[in-house]
Amino acid sequence: MIHEPPVQEMAQTPDATPRPRQPLHYLNVAYGVKSWLFTVDHKRIGILYLVSVTLMFVLGGIAATMVRVELLTPRGDLLTRDNYNKTFTMHGIIMVFYFLIPSIPSVLGNFVLPLMVGARDLAFPKLNLASWHIYMIGAIFTLYVMLAGGVDTGWTFYTPYSTRSAHTHVIATALGILILGFSSIFTAINFIVTIHRMRAPGMTWFRMPLFVWSLYATSLIIILGTPVLTITIILLAVERIFQVGIFDPAIGGDPILFQHLFWFYSHPAVYIMILPGMGVISELVTCFARKEIFGYKAIAFSSIGIAVLGFLVWGHHMFATTMSDYAKLIFSMLSFLVAVPSAIKVFNWTATLYKGSISFQTPMLYALGFIGLFTIGGLTGLFLATLAVDVHVTDTYFIVAHFHYIMVGGMVMAYMGGLHYWWPKISGRMYPEGWAKLGCLLIFVGFNLTFFPQFILGYLGMPRRYHDYSIYPQLQVLNVLSTAGASILAVGYFIPLVYFLWALGNGKKAPSNPWGSSGLEWKTPSPPPTENFETTPIVTTGPYVYNPDQETEVVG
Amino acid sequence: MWNEVPLFPEQASTAAPWVDSLYLMLVAISTIMTLLVAGALFVFCVKYRRRPGHERALPAVASTRVEVFVMLFMLLVFLSIFFIGARVYYMTNQPPPNSMDIYVVGKQWMWHLQHPGGQREINELHVPINTPIKVTMTSQDVIHDFSIPAFRVKQDVIPGRYAYMWFNATKPGKYHLFCAEYCGTDHSQMVGWVIAMEPRDYQEWLRTRSDESAASRGRKLFLQFQCITCHNRESSNRAPLLEEIYGNRVPLQAGTSVIADDAYLRESILQPKAKIVAGYRPIMPSYQGQADERDILDLIAFIRSLGPNQTPLRNEDSDPRKQQGATTDDP
Ligand code: HEC
Ligand SMILES: [Cu+2]
Ligand SMILES: [Cu+2]
Repeated sequence: MIHEPPVQEMAQTPDATPRPRQPLHYLNVAYGVKSWLFTVDHKRIGILYLVSVTLMFVLGGIAATMVRVELLTPRGDLLTRDNYNKTFTMHGIIMVFYFLIPSIPSVLGNFVLPLMVGARDLAFPKLNLASWHIYMIGAIFTLYVMLAGGVDTGWTFYTPYSTRSAHTHVIATALGILILGFSSIFTAINFIVTIHRMRAPGMTWFRMPLFVWSLYATSLIIILGTPVLTITIILLAVERIFQVGIFDPAIGGDPILFQHLFWFYSHPAVYIMILPGMGVISELVTCFARKEIFGYKAIAFSSIGIAVLGFLVWGHHMFATTMSDYAKLIFSMLSFLVAVPSAIKVFNWTATLYKGSISFQTPMLYALGFIGLFTIGGLTGLFLATLAVDVHVTDTYFIVAHFHYIMVGGMVMAYMGGLHYWWPKISGRMYPEGWAKLGCLLIFVGFNLTFFPQFILGYLGMPRRYHDYSIYPQLQVLNVLSTAGASILAVGYFIPLVYFLWALGNGKKAPSNPWGSSGLEWKTPSPPPTENFETTPIVTTGPYVYNPDQETEVVG
Repeated sequence: MWNEVPLFPEQASTAAPWVDSLYLMLVAISTIMTLLVAGALFVFCVKYRRRPGHERALPAVASTRVEVFVMLFMLLVFLSIFFIGARVYYMTNQPPPNSMDIYVVGKQWMWHLQHPGGQREINELHVPINTPIKVTMTSQDVIHDFSIPAFRVKQDVIPGRYAYMWFNATKPGKYHLFCAEYCGTDHSQMVGWVIAMEPRDYQEWLRTRSDESAASRGRKLFLQFQCITCHNRESSNRAPLLEEIYGNRVPLQAGTSVIADDAYLRESILQPKAKIVAGYRPIMPSYQGQADERDILDLIAFIRSLGPNQTPLRNEDSDPRKQQGATTDDP
């Protein structure tokens, strides 16, 4: 349907395209609650997701704040032990399942993927809407659990604690996550089919933007991994409800089996979270350095390499269990191998800047922050792949610091960068640059102050998930630093929330291509019309053409 | 306040210096790499910032040669770290053969610790320094984790099986003991101390404890649980005699054989049908739910102590007065 031949040549600058006085775009084409809640426009669904994941992020953030405030003093004096356990569990579950996994694919991916490949929508618009509805049903389960008294298993649901010992709402929480899995799967199916079938004429695989490649790799992982999580949750529920021995040794089960199943999904899930972020960074770096990406194919293939290798390293979460030493050695080696493609990406982003023409708008600041923090996160991953060191630091704050460097320092920085980058396209308005830079700076500083001390705490031996460390009061200073950092971080996140809302009504009107970017999504007005492009674009070059003598080749 | 802030944990075992040197090596490598990346970012951002006269990027070709070189270099660095790490793990992983045995049972939310002589402690473990110590651990309920940061050791304590770890303390002192695997409400209270002492002081400490020996507790249980009705001298064709089986090879019905170690004996009591001794019928009942993990440790200690002709008599009742000195008072 999008392959109709172009009717007329489109001018170089899309602004010059003749448009009606009051241009109709996806935002003003219809009003009313129904036009939003039952829309099949990928852009509106992206906005629905944006609102939902932001609310979940706020909830998860409140839980994090409570945890950090509790740890200000060694004694457990703010929350009761059970409430503390419920709080960090909520923080983990909400942030992992309801924010990190869906955020970049379902918000940014949903919005820009069809635009980037020159399509009118995703392949299955109704499935896309269903995916958001399912997300909301999953979210309702979690909100119910929060109001009904919480759950205290940690986001990892380790057996037999979760099947035998916990007296909290394990089943309702797990069901919510199971339901949520389908929302991921629907989005992934949509992305894969769209990428295969709906690319604009001329957009070959190696002319796809790298963000599209990363979403493709992510979708593969989601489709292959999520069913395992679904099955694991069902087994857990069967054991908990019917006392069928699957994981609990007291009734004939094997608790380590659960960990294998859980991490078989949850390690790849780390890549579900970070790969889209890496894709965003590739877009930002090229755009703000006005330069073709260094090693396009290396980055594209490293995404696929990560997707494949990522399925073979789950055992590194289990080095302290009774898994055999040979298995541990193999998992250790594979974990070192999976670090190579990530290292390649860092190298390529850095090399892209070489001889570029770099400007420092907010998205670029986030991208630079990402590269630095992701490097630290990745390198500390080497510590955990090293058997003898992992045994000492696993289950301590070192782990907490490591994965927050990847997830918050990496993924959330990329998400923020992407949100600022595409905000003009999404809303048709510019955000205030000065405030945005301030927010970015606070996030960077606050983040490091929060999580760097936790590496030291971890090496000193402070275990995770401790409500009370009065037996080791010397740890207080580092904990106070961490909490101080968290409050800066909270302010840093609050600022964008305010100015994005403000910019909706008051921001400067955005031109169609404020950053001088070469991507297809910038060749259509901001905000785009419902059908995305007035005429289907025809692609004749790669995605990052900033070189003057090749610049004139994308025509519509 | 600042001079009381520790930045590095105490080194108090033979493994600690190894783990620490690995760690410091990794810190060095990471610092160098981070500085390289950050330095490159900084230099490029300054040198190639957009400014009048430099609005467009300069041509620079990405070369596959560079890409492959970087990849191979990374691979080399990473695999070298793997090999060094694996070596250290292997070196520090296997307990020496003549280690002293400590038994640990974790349960929500305390640690039960037991010395070879049967002395029991809760949330506190006294050990001699310069003595390899093998810790055999299991859990009564959910997964816990036995962690002693000063020794750089940690091991998940898993219900339904024995897990092992070992250490050799090098410095007398009082060290933290943590449960490192989340286990419910009082996870953060499942903490305690390891007290490492000179071997002489340790012997002294042992003498102050008046606990009954584990083997003698096990003997009582052996009578109380009626093990004796089958495992006795008169009916040794009904059930095997358990004398001198510990550490020896037992032929199985399946045609294979196993070494009768702690894990095998535990399994024989809790899941007797898992491995049937050659020549016997699977009539032994399971004691799952009847004997808790500490009882099983005592039963094992008793079986371990059984020399030739030391099986109690069948008609001996479980009157404690008749069982002084564990196994030695048998005819
Ligand atoms: C009803 C009779 C019976 C009772 C009661 C019984 N056992 Fe057994 N036990 C057997 C038989 C028969 C075997 C050999 C077949 C097998 O391996 O199951 C055996 C095997 C064993 C073995 C393995 C011996 C080997 O040579 O490898 C151990 C250890 C053991 N029993 C310990 C105990 C303990 C401890 C108790 C009490 C808590 C106990 N048994 C109670 C009948 C019994
Ligand atoms: Cu992992
Ligand atoms: Cu615990």
